[in-house]
Amino acid sequence: MAEISPDMSFAATDAASREQLLAKVKPVDVPRKELVTGDKDFHWVTEKICGIPESKTPRWWWVCFCVAGCMATFTLFGLVWLVSTGVGVWGLANPINWGWAIVNFVFWIGIGHAGTLISAILCLLRQKWRVSINRAAEAMTIFAVVCAGIFPLFHVGRVWFAWWLFPLPNANWIWPQFRSPLEWDVFAVSTYGTVSVLFWYMGLIPDLGTMRDRAFKAGKLIKAWAYGAFAMGWRQSNRHWSNYEMAYLLLAGLSTPLVLSVHTIVSFDFAASQLPGWHTTIFPPYFVAGAIFSGFGMVLTLMLPLRALFGLHNLITQYHIDCMCKIILATGSMVGYAYMMEFFIAWYGANPYEGFAFINRALGQYAWSYYIMVGCNVITPHLFWFKKVRENTALVWIICGFVNVGMWFERFVITVTSLANDFLPSSWGYYSPTIIDIFTFFGTFGLFSVLFLLFIRFLPMMPMGEIKAVMKAGDAHGHGTGTQAVPHSTTGGGHH
Amino acid sequence: MSEHKRDTYGILAEFTETPAFYEAVGKVKDAGYKKFDCFTPFPVHGLDGQMGIGRSKVPIFTAIGGVTGFCTGMLITWYMNGFNYPLIVGGKPFWSPIFPFPIMYELTILLAAFGTLFGMFATNLLPRHNHPVFEYEDYIKCGDDTFFLVIEKADPKFDLEQTLAFVESLGSTKVEVLKA
Repeated sequence: MAEISPDMSFAATDAASREQLLAKVKPVDVPRKELVTGDKDFHWVTEKICGIPESKTPRWWWVCFCVAGCMATFTLFGLVWLVSTGVGVWGLANPINWGWAIVNFVFWIGIGHAGTLISAILCLLRQKWRVSINRAAEAMTIFAVVCAGIFPLFHVGRVWFAWWLFPLPNANWIWPQFRSPLEWDVFAVSTYGTVSVLFWYMGLIPDLGTMRDRAFKAGKLIKAWAYGAFAMGWRQSNRHWSNYEMAYLLLAGLSTPLVLSVHTIVSFDFAASQLPGWHTTIFPPYFVAGAIFSGFGMVLTLMLPLRALFGLHNLITQYHIDCMCKIILATGSMVGYAYMMEFFIAWYGANPYEGFAFINRALGQYAWSYYIMVGCNVITPHLFWFKKVRENTALVWIICGFVNVGMWFERFVITVTSLANDFLPSSWGYYSPTIIDIFTFFGTFGLFSVLFLLFIRFLPMMPMGEIKAVMKAGDAHGHGTGTQAVPHSTTGGGHH
Repeated sequence: MSEHKRDTYGILAEFTETPAFYEAVGKVKDAGYKKFDCFTPFPVHGLDGQMGIGRSKVPIFTAIGGVTGFCTGMLITWYMNGFNYPLIVGGKPFWSPIFPFPIMYELTILLAAFGTLFGMFATNLLPRHNHPVFEYEDYIKCGDDTFFLVIEKADPKFDLEQTLAFVESLGSTKVEVLKA
């Protein structure tokens, strides 16, 4: 590196030259949003977050848990029926050999993406507002991957041979075929699931330490032992924090290319084929944008009711909701752009099969699903341009519901329309799901909810350490007054 | 352990305000103490420099994990599809570093992530479920809203009276001799 001459240094040594510099630069006051509102102190944060799993199980939790448990049995029933009868119980038949299974798989994997995005990409971009939602979003990621994994696992039919997908020698000494995008999927999704669990667990360790100490103090020894076993003896030492923060940053750096690669590889399942409507280079970025879009939709769908139920308005502020709505707006616009660009390329590429595939999507036998998709994904997110809409929590929640429905239909449109009307009109067909398809998919929402309810019941829903660190009182340079969080000054800049 | 066998572990000082704590840590380092530690409810920005802790060694473990993952990916795809049971699919070569690249990519990230987590445990000497600081009656407070500064007896500069007087001058809210 070239030597830096002393006059290039911005560390103005004396007050006079500092004043001169400021007069020259004329820094603008940038108001910073408070991330924890209402003059709360550190103790309040601890009590609020630990209080949720420590308090008595609320009645609504039991009601939701029972309903979700009943729903989850639908998946169980669907899978038992499938395994005992055969894959024929799904609505798959020539020429549509990929139906709801792949649609649901891509849908659920996409849901997970917002969690990793919040914990990894927003961490690297120093978006401090991520801290109050990242724990729950990561949990959502893991549970969504669990739901996603069911479908490719069972679509192989004889599920007890699913281990052939792993790089293990099978009875005929035949190895997996690494040229196949489906094999890449196995590695991508299992790596994604595993790294998400590691990331989530590591973020939990300091809070598990706190939960352990509180349970021990309250005399609940079994609880203390259970939290303590997973806390690994964490003791809030700064020498620990130092390594922890480095590890956290590294995991964020590793998860960022990972989250982008997972949906890219999922899109290769389609893009690496030769089918009109699938064989397009826009798929990887388009799938990733769609995944983040639907993932944030699901984060808001989950977090808004939790915010109301647990009174988390000081931690998940209007600013947080605004940020997420804007991400939905941005990624929704990307998805809308991708729809247009697909049409453009189908025309510009002058491939008659490609051109037909896209006209058929909009005007053919599946036009109804195409317009649900466009209505939900292209039109509804644009309501978030309006501040009034973003401030209306109920409306935000409803729009997020539309986003989730729209993204499910996107995967349906891509998968089914291309297969139903391919090169030869003699082999065209129409796909409809069976009751078993519907049961299995419906039940995964129950499974997801069961896992999520267990999470909010037993684990701290937000990372306390990270929240305290972004509070004004957590600033070591005296920009706050002690443990009392003071409103932010309007002067931006300063430290870090 | 019976009371009379308990030895002094160090001197603990409590702080409730981040800036005051931050200043005090700097003073301890400047006084020449080496074996001391801070216990904080959250990672305090810039405290590593204030304590004189160097850069974390975790990236070494990450790098080892990543390289291992990449080489494993290379090796298994070559062995399985190119050497042990070569298959021709679509006229593609038996093995090239291109077609199975997603495998190497994912394994690199997977093993690097394991390296990071276990590297964090290794550098922190965890799991360690007992530690003298857990014996402190108000230990729970450092997970809540209080900062602890502990100068260990093992420090060469440690002298019970002198160090105690020094710590008391730092402006903490409470000072206690920690037994272990």
